[in-house]
Amino acid sequence: MSGKPRLTYCNGRGRMEPVRWLLAAAGVEFEEVFLETREQYEKLIKDGVLMFQQVPLVEIDGMKMVQTRAILSYIAGKYNLYGKDLKERALIDMYVEGITDLMQMILVFPFSPPEAKEKNLDSIKDRAINRYFPAFEKVLKHGQDFLVGNKFSWADVQLIEAILAVEEKIPAVLSGFPQLQAFKVRMSNMPTIKKFLQPGSPRKPPPDECYIETVLKIFKK
Amino acid sequence: MSGKPKLYYFDGRGKMESIRWLLAAAGVEFEEEFLETREQYEKLLQGGSLLFQQVPMVEIDGMKMVQTRAILSYIAAKYNLYGKDLKERALIDMYVGGTDDLMGFILMFPFLSAEDKEKQRAVIVQKATSRYFPAYEKVLKDHGQDFLVGNNFSWADVHLLEAILMVEEKKSNVLSGFPQLQAFKARISSIPTIKKFLEPGSQRKPVPDDKYVETVRRVLRMYYDIKAN
Repeated sequence: MSGKPRLTYCNGRGRMEPVRWLLAAAGVEFEEVFLETREQYEKLIKDGVLMFQQVPLVEIDGMKMVQTRAILSYIAGKYNLYGKDLKERALIDMYVEGITDLMQMILVFPFSPPEAKEKNLDSIKDRAINRYFPAFEKVLKHGQDFLVGNKFSWADVQLIEAILAVEEKIPAVLSGFPQLQAFKVRMSNMPTIKKFLQPGSPRKPPPDECYIETVLKIFKK
Repeated sequence: MSGKPKLYYFDGRGKMESIRWLLAAAGVEFEEEFLETREQYEKLLQGGSLLFQQVPMVEIDGMKMVQTRAILSYIAAKYNLYGKDLKERALIDMYVGGTDDLMGFILMFPFLSAEDKEKQRAVIVQKATSRYFPAYEKVLKDHGQDFLVGNNFSWADVHLLEAILMVEEKKSNVLSGFPQLQAFKARISSIPTIKKFLEPGSQRKPVPDDKYVETVRRVLRMYYDIKAN
């Protein structure tokens, strides 16, 4: 056993992508097992490794962790990306949860029927521009480089991931948000993140038809 | 200012109920301000109290906290209901994630059409008995301890009891295949702070009714149809 965390998920972003981002930002190497068939998934269930019969699954420090949030909190805690005290953790949790709500809309988007896609895209744009980005723009007016406690944290990683994901759908989305534009540049230039943004990293591309088909096939009810 | 946490939400369960449970379990008194009108909600918005324009919002220790999970994590840690180390916290987070998903099926139940309610009731019972309850039954069976994590009362225990009672409201004998959970339910219900919370006159809210649904729709201008997941 290599000692590296091992991620089990489909070969695509989905709910595992924030975990890849956070491990990469922390400079932690990891292995991946990709689910390609229903049989693989059923074997995992039969072997009793999925507490609630779901992936993501991350094997780390002797634990078989499920539940994305639990996994991310553990990684953040372990690699000092969770603030210095309870109050900073509270801020990080608040910011991360807000971003997760926005990312949830992007997560389900590829699976929405064609006739709903335009409406869903409008919703994503509306929420980003009128709810989430203004909130973080305001936070960054504290003039520090990072969201919380003048120090790099899980919240920064989650926000840069979300900004890039929304920009893929709405290229000019940051146009009213100068603080976020500067934040995006700063985060993208942090060495571990810069490396993750380069070709050949474990970062996954936006979901395509093949990914959608694979997911539906594996998890069909 | 009283120093007590102050909860801003509708006069009903929704996403705030888990917070009421956890504060009560920790023996912490709290105040509540109930949203009844659109104007109240807009005043909160304009005052800048709602980071993402949403409730629940809890004023605690000088912070205006939003996002249910963030609020619960803060309370759990502050009142020593979050395990003794990172690994115990990981277990608690995993278990709470599961009960959260289960209660998520119940959260939108009051907003469904009568026909969808029947379908959703079946979904809730199916998920509870085939996915979630077996998982917790196994945890308790494997270690034989009174509490889910680290032989110590934690947020995970409070959350699981809340979930069990909510599912039982939809099907009263739902625990019949789960002896460990039956014993767990009896044990946790008799913890003094929880016992008090389960008695009439506490701040626990009743099963949501049509009046609650109307209030939420009115205050949030949420008039679209809710579909089951």
